[in-house]
Amino acid sequence: MEESSKVIHAIYTDDDVLMAAVKKVRAERYHIEEIYTPFPVHGLDKAMGLAPTRIAITSFIYGCIGLTVAIVMMNFIMIKDWPQNIGGKPSFSYIENMPAFVPIMFELTVFFAAHLMVITFYLRSRMWPFKKAENPDTRTTDDHFLMEISAGHNVDEQFNILRDTGAVEITLIDKAH
Amino acid sequence: MYTISNRLKTFSIILIVLGVLGVAYGFMTSHKSLDEVKSMLVEEHSAHGGGHAAAEPHTAMDVEHDSNSTHDAENHVASMEEHSGSMTTDSTDAGSVHSEGETQMVDHSNVDEGHSTVTEHAEANHDDEHAHHVQGQLAKRPWSALYVAAFFFMMIALGALAFYAIQFAAQAGWSPLLFRVMEGITAYLLPGAIIVVAIAVGSHFIGHNNEIFIWMNEDVVKHDELIQGKAGWLNITGFIIRAIIFIGGWSLYRHFARKFSIAQDNAEEGDNRNFKKSFRISAAFLVFYIYTESMMSWDWIMSVDPHWFSTLFGWYVFASMIVSAVTVIAMVTMYLKGKGLLPQVNNSHIHDLAKYMFGFSIFWTYLWFSQFMLIWYSNIPEEVTYFVTRITDYNLPFFGMLVMNFVFPLLLLMNSDYKRINWFVVMAGIVILFGHYIDIFNMIMPATVGDRWFIGIPEISSILLFAGLFLFIVFTALTKAPLMAKRNPFIHESEHFHY
Repeated sequence: MEESSKVIHAIYTDDDVLMAAVKKVRAERYHIEEIYTPFPVHGLDKAMGLAPTRIAITSFIYGCIGLTVAIVMMNFIMIKDWPQNIGGKPSFSYIENMPAFVPIMFELTVFFAAHLMVITFYLRSRMWPFKKAENPDTRTTDDHFLMEISAGHNVDEQFNILRDTGAVEITLIDKAH
Repeated sequence: MYTISNRLKTFSIILIVLGVLGVAYGFMTSHKSLDEVKSMLVEEHSAHGGGHAAAEPHTAMDVEHDSNSTHDAENHVASMEEHSGSMTTDSTDAGSVHSEGETQMVDHSNVDEGHSTVTEHAEANHDDEHAHHVQGQLAKRPWSALYVAAFFFMMIALGALAFYAIQFAAQAGWSPLLFRVMEGITAYLLPGAIIVVAIAVGSHFIGHNNEIFIWMNEDVVKHDELIQGKAGWLNITGFIIRAIIFIGGWSLYRHFARKFSIAQDNAEEGDNRNFKKSFRISAAFLVFYIYTESMMSWDWIMSVDPHWFSTLFGWYVFASMIVSAVTVIAMVTMYLKGKGLLPQVNNSHIHDLAKYMFGFSIFWTYLWFSQFMLIWYSNIPEEVTYFVTRITDYNLPFFGMLVMNFVFPLLLLMNSDYKRINWFVVMAGIVILFGHYIDIFNMIMPATVGDRWFIGIPEISSILLFAGLFLFIVFTALTKAPLMAKRNPFIHESEHFHY
């Protein structure tokens, strides 16, 4: 258990170099714990072998909820509670007045999907107000890229591999202390 | 270099021959004598009149008929004056919907009662006129069928040209590998557009008074003050002059863009002059295009109903055009890639095209709905009659088209992974193409053949004819240049494109 608490931090200054490094490190079968980047790097998730995101599924569900809310809401407001004469066609039926409600149905679908998806994303990423940042090196918010690898038995060899991939700074960190 | 396979060539020629035979058959059988039409109508009456017998002899049909198309009203003005009151009520009511509400049902029966008393008076006279009218509709059917198919394929080429120009103007990096495919498709534009105009004008001159565009008929215009007021725009000379300007402008751009594209192939390293020229003319063309496309849609489509107009019609046609074009670009690309001729094209390119198919399908729906909702909501008789006709007489194609153009692409292409699966994109593409054919069908047919529509031999053969011609011209054009624009400054970006 001693070993597993140690990690290696390798710092890169270019996203293309980082991408190549990720592929190399994975080919060498070392486990990449996390990567910190100043901006989203396209294709990095695939290169790291992360499972595909499930946010799209939640988005679909939230959209359906939004659509339902819109339908129920407009039905209550415009048809049940205070029946309205819509477009000179007083049918007092939801389905016959449906075209008039489509913009609202659309908007609430988008509204629910977008807002709830963002909130879900924050919670899933364990981010909430006043949370202390989990950032090992503040330079990753500027122009550096940091790859965190769990240290194995042969740390020197790992160092060599990382140096070959173009890392500008490599440090061994003991997280347990 | 790609060479057109014999199988494809034979296939397209077979399509053309079958199409020509079917179209000829359509024309030969479309001219019915007045007596034939009358006996046909009598048969129809006994066939469907049996059920709801005594109460209303043949009013149901007459009512539909009136709200029907604009020129109907013209022919019947004199004898129909009395009904005009009931006619408007009817169209307003029917306009309120597709599913029946109780209120509306009540209204309907009132109208019918009033109506049948009036018809008894004018019966004899009216029967003749009605038969005469149906005779005209029948005669117009092969012309309209031909026109719809011709326009549909022309529109694909025109949409592809606009899409191509957008790639240049935006200096897109993902698409240069597909440029030759797009150039191949746009080769159909010139012949296709000339055919469309020839059919439009031909239906007047060759087809006697069976014109697709009712405003070309002097007899109709004589009795129609609304069309007289629009005669400054809607006249045959103007129609032809505008067509020459549209087609000339588009073809000129197509000619030079293609020329620069090929010249760029042989340019030296670092010499991007031809690309820059292409960039400039593409930007200019897009400005020209968006005006002419809009005017073209008034001229070639909207004026079939000369009393009716919609201000976003140009955009609506544009949406149909671009989504069909992107679909065809994707299909041709997959076909050529399947033959190993576009080795550099990867599934990210297909993914991007499928995203456009998805996005433009939603865009089309948005415009369709914007047009529909405003007219439905305001419920002004002279506007709403457009949708009343389509919902009562064209119910299946009208709502079927919405399913094909919106629901199918939405469900099939929503998932990111499905956009990379070739056969999935092809299936979605086929649905989209049929959907947009029906869209054009719905734009033209109600004004020309009214409720006498059917997708039968004339329609299918017209599709075959132009599909054959389209395939032949497009794939012949593809053989004229290497399939890769190898010296395009963005070609390497395109080769390495991955999503």
